[in-house]
Amino acid sequence: MSFPLLRVENLSVSFTTYGRTVPVLHGVSLDVPARSQVALVGESGSGKTVTMKAIMGLLRQPPARITSGAIYYDGADLLTMPEKERLKLRGTAMSMVFQDPMSSLNPVFTIADQMATILKYADRRLGRTRSSRDRMQRVYDTLAQVRMRDPERVARAYPIELSGGMRQRVLIAMALLSETDLLIADEPGTALDVTTQAQILKLLKDLVEARGLALLMITHNLGVVRETCNSVYVMQKGVIVEKGETAAIFEAPAHDYTRSLIDAVPRLTGGRRFGTAGVPA
Amino acid sequence: MLELKNLCKAFPIRNAFGRKTGALQAVDNVSMTIAPGDIYGLAGESGSGKSTIARMIMGLETPDSGEILIDGRSIHDRSDGVAHGRRVQMVFQNPGSSLNPRRTVGQSVAVPLDAHGFPRSKRPARVATLLDMVQLPAAFAERYPHELSGGQKQRVAIARALAVEPKLLVLDEPTSALDVSVQAKVMDLLTDLGRQMGLTYLFISHDLSLMRNFAREVSVLYRGGIVESGTSDTVFGHPSHDYTRLLIASVPVISAEEAALRPVIPLIDGELPTPEQLIALRQAADRQA
Ligand SMILES: Nc1ncnc2c1ncn2[C@@H]1O[C@H](COP(=O)(O)OP(=O)(O)OP(=O)(O)O)[C@@H](O)[C@H]1O
Ligand SMILES: Nc1ncnc2c1ncn2[C@@H]1O[C@H](COP(=O)(O)OP(=O)(O)OP(=O)(O)O)[C@@H](O)[C@H]1O
Ligand SMILES: [Mg+2]
Ligand SMILES: [Mg+2]
Repeated sequence: MSFPLLRVENLSVSFTTYGRTVPVLHGVSLDVPARSQVALVGESGSGKTVTMKAIMGLLRQPPARITSGAIYYDGADLLTMPEKERLKLRGTAMSMVFQDPMSSLNPVFTIADQMATILKYADRRLGRTRSSRDRMQRVYDTLAQVRMRDPERVARAYPIELSGGMRQRVLIAMALLSETDLLIADEPGTALDVTTQAQILKLLKDLVEARGLALLMITHNLGVVRETCNSVYVMQKGVIVEKGETAAIFEAPAHDYTRSLIDAVPRLTGGRRFGTAGVPA
Repeated sequence: MLELKNLCKAFPIRNAFGRKTGALQAVDNVSMTIAPGDIYGLAGESGSGKSTIARMIMGLETPDSGEILIDGRSIHDRSDGVAHGRRVQMVFQNPGSSLNPRRTVGQSVAVPLDAHGFPRSKRPARVATLLDMVQLPAAFAERYPHELSGGQKQRVAIARALAVEPKLLVLDEPTSALDVSVQAKVMDLLTDLGRQMGLTYLFISHDLSLMRNFAREVSVLYRGGIVESGTSDTVFGHPSHDYTRLLIASVPVISAEEAALRPVIPLIDGELPTPEQLIALRQAADRQA
């Protein structure tokens, strides 16, 4: 295989608070080839979001410190390139959908304002011009693409006036507008009902195939991983404990932690009793 | 325990100039009854009104019409002197914005304790117990929300809601940011507490496999209205409404047995239809018949 679009190599990160230093990533390596969907799964608190923030250059240093490693985008090391170049790559080459949608939406601007701004930047970068009416149309169309039933109402709404899943879809719509080659999505489907989720995953898959998008997806939903991703990385306590092709990992997980994760998935067939008291239900 | 009678809530729709031009019926004549000690699941489309119902039960939003009764009394009737927050607590959908960024985890968890006169001297021990219940180390009490992962924040929100041992706990996507093994532990905890303390749960979730195993009663919401209710076994085993069938057919699963259980839905261009398409198909078929 040729050099992947994104390669994280031996990345270690620690946090220092109140004079105490806690390492959270220990030599993480992962590859995301163009035209692929890669999943990063793992324990809550294991370092998935920190990994993504490091890739996007969004870790505040301090308190964070990257103690080793390299992050290659298209062969160039993001960690050693001049800050100016790096800033240019972010948002033009890669975009991110955050785990917590409220934190990436501005509460005092309407959805339309925020999306139109992103589109303006994308157009400028790609050397396109369009009228403001045309721009609004594109905003509505993109909202419809992420399955908003009434795109015009949503466009005029403020973030607080949308449901959790609608906010999440707005973030996905924004990422689509920026037309980057790499999309990193932190739990993109958790706030969505399964029908809407299926449609959004299909949309992303189409982009991967049609436009050669590379998608790195963090998720706790192993069903989603099994049904959409080519390969999987499993993280525990800041270490990648297992990686491989999706089908192989589900068929024969090599690591105990992976196996325990698969065993813990509640099944649609039912029959699972929660509770430790052992009271027969 | 909890009774909702014909609840309605609309929000204004504005035009491009911010002027009100219409109304969106977010909750449309919703009624349901939750028995004491029950675990009641509420599933449904994104934007179908689930969180709005939850916020009305919490008294954070006023219904346009309809009633909310807890133990037979309106939630606005405070004549017995028991604070609403003592009876009902909620875990909000978005842990990131439901925690005060300027409070440490310990302070956040202690807010409901203070509000309900819990002795100050016993507070640190109680906070430590609560954090332990949600699988967080006691040292996390000193941390601020921005120092936590998504799932850690969510667990803090659960600990805070459990602090005063409410009678009714409204859980809006309580485990969406948790990996399945921590999720299983939290569900075990909630189940145990429910049995020990006779808690009643209203459980809102998009994770239908989880709901299937956790909830005893389930209602499915579509565009503000309930389209189907019943025991978990009936709704999942024999869904009768098209929307419910489509929902269950869309659940991502990890085994062939589960896949075999999903209802068969007519495909459009080889894909599952959208809810609108499916409902239109049905209407066309009904017209033909
Ligand atoms: N600013 C910070 N200061 C100190 N510790 C931090 C900070 N940000 C994150 N951490 C810690 O780093 C670890 C990894 O966090 P991260 O957010 O990457 O977890 P995650 O894998 O995304 O988990 P989740 O699935 O719960 O979102 C956690 O233990 C977290 O508490
Ligand atoms: N404060 C508000 N002002 C205007 N509209 C609102 C407001 N709050 C909610 N809505 C609208 O009411 C509808 C229902 O929202 P609600 O948050 O109850 O949905 P939900 O079922 O919880 O969805 P999700 O699963 O995505 O969280 C949505 O269309 C939303 O845009
Ligand atoms: Mg995270
Ligand atoms: Mg909601």
